[in-house]
Amino acid sequence: MYDFTLHRPTSVDAAAAAIGGASDGKIMAGGMTLIPTLKQRLANPSDVVDLGAIAGLKGIREEGGNIVIGATTTHATVAADPTVKAKIPALAHLADGIGDPQVRNRGTIGGSIANNDPAADYPAGLVGLGATVHTTKRQIPADDFFIGMFETALAEDEIVTAVAFPVPEKAAYMKFANPASRYAIVGVMVSKGPAGLRVAVTGAGPSVFRLTEAESALGGSFTADAVAKVTVAADGLNSDMHASAEYRANLVSVMLKRAVAAAAG
Amino acid sequence: MPTVSMTVNGRAVTGDVEGRTLLVQFLRENLHLTGTHVGCDTSQCGACVVHVDGESVKSCTMLALQADGAEVTTIEGLAKNGDLHPVQAAFREHHGLQCGFCTPGMVMSAVDLLKKNPNPDEGEIREWLEGNICRCTGYHNIVKAIQSAAADMKG
Repeated sequence: MYDFTLHRPTSVDAAAAAIGGASDGKIMAGGMTLIPTLKQRLANPSDVVDLGAIAGLKGIREEGGNIVIGATTTHATVAADPTVKAKIPALAHLADGIGDPQVRNRGTIGGSIANNDPAADYPAGLVGLGATVHTTKRQIPADDFFIGMFETALAEDEIVTAVAFPVPEKAAYMKFANPASRYAIVGVMVSKGPAGLRVAVTGAGPSVFRLTEAESALGGSFTADAVAKVTVAADGLNSDMHASAEYRANLVSVMLKRAVAAAAG
Repeated sequence: MPTVSMTVNGRAVTGDVEGRTLLVQFLRENLHLTGTHVGCDTSQCGACVVHVDGESVKSCTMLALQADGAEVTTIEGLAKNGDLHPVQAAFREHHGLQCGFCTPGMVMSAVDLLKKNPNPDEGEIREWLEGNICRCTGYHNIVKAIQSAAADMKG
């Protein structure tokens, strides 16, 4: 690993100042992607700003009918939280399927979405549930947050502080996981609730996307049969050693049906 | 050079580290606690698992300074007064190891599992060991050892 200056601010303001003052700074939440990247010398930042010492960024609360999850709340905390399990069990299930137990003990929701790995689970969770991302500068609807592969709407010195999820009437997340990493080869979140009917797909394309054809079909009848004929074209989908674009396209249909069946059940 | 302080296996320790120093490097190179292993370069193998504030983590994927002020337990901290921890004893009894390289991480991971779920079934144990790779045993005796330890710990 190349050396860097590590900052451990105890407030969001101090973190924003540290990243603003760095020549080539990186923000670190749980570090589950950044530290392996640094170890491989695939990144060489001048400064790393660790958000782990900022107490105000951790924790889960109910606010105005939403479940608000602090940016540095770990996947293990979300998976085990009684409020999340009671109100949005699909989100607890999603968090419980990320990586392995030790990754879930360190990895965070804010880090996951700010990184926007095309195979990460949380992007489908946020778009599929119609969440809103709170940052140091503004609030961004999930639909506008994820821009492209590893790319988000965040400015260089903008820090995610929390994610607010509306409570759906029904929702489910199903993924076909890579057997080694547990990253989603394809993952589908479906929901019906205050944010409307939503179907979001991760893993398949360069970034999370909504499947509007499936959303329309579910408007008629929220059943697996209603989406049985929904297909996506392989054009533009990811193709790698784990799965071809055609295989991913088929998996989208399969995971969609499973998710709708689980949500409807 | 920044200074880091933490409690490791009940002992207060302090050391000078770089920003980039990993927790596992601090444990092995500064404290000479070489029971915690490094088996890969990609954060996948779990040979480096230790407990930080009671939660199992990969010490190769955490900076030493991120553990500043924390309570850390390594494999060396499990045995009490010369008596093996029940999970360690069960690994020995049930041949839960061959070469032993992955064993410290396996044991630390299993101890965390049994704290959260004192009565795991076989599937839950196998799922929990997702982040610990063993290239010798085929896992069967590791799972058996953890089941046996769970029974022993219930007394």
